Amino acid sequence: MTKADLVEVIYEKVGLSKKEAKEIVEMIFSIMKETLKEGEKIKISGFGNFVVREKKPRRGRNPQTGEDLEISARRVLTFKASQLLKEYINSAETEEVSQ
Amino acid sequence: MTKSELVERLSEKLEFLTKKDCELIVETVFESMKEALKRGEKIEIRGFGSFTIRVRKAKTGRNPKTGEKVFIPEKKVPFFKVGKELREMINE
Repeated sequence: MTKADLVEVIYEKVGLSKKEAKEIVEMIFSIMKETLKEGEKIKISGFGNFVVREKKPRRGRNPQTGEDLEISARRVLTFKASQLLKEYINSAETEEVSQ
Repeated sequence: MTKSELVERLSEKLEFLTKKDCELIVETVFESMKEALKRGEKIEIRGFGSFTIRVRKAKTGRNPKTGEKVFIPEKKVPFFKVGKELREMINE
């Protein structure tokens, strides 16, 4: 599934043009990106949480050359799937795509 | 930011849509993503990241309280990998 598939679903479900549906899908992800850029977490109930974590600098090694190097401090993004999502993907219930 | 705050921000930017429409759109996006993952499909959102399903093999665990052996069946776990653009953005 790509953004184009999401655009298709929105187009079919909400009375919008394809162009509008595309802009809206882009907008949703760009709002999320801007939020994470600010270091703010995102909680999507029923789906999961996106959290930006600060990593301290640490000693590392280049696995190819064996050379010691310092891995700089950085921010990483983690996703924690909600309990509901985990149960849903493991459940036997047949999915019905409501159109 | 919660899902309802996301709806709020979206509807501020889209004056031609009602808040109810925005709610439906946001719900539909995440609902479709959930259904795709359930089908075992990979989701690739260019610039944001990708979601895949990883399978954890069945194993024998132990109840930490009683020491009793318990069988843990195979299960699927959603996994997210951040996209290059977003990874660079949060480090700017």
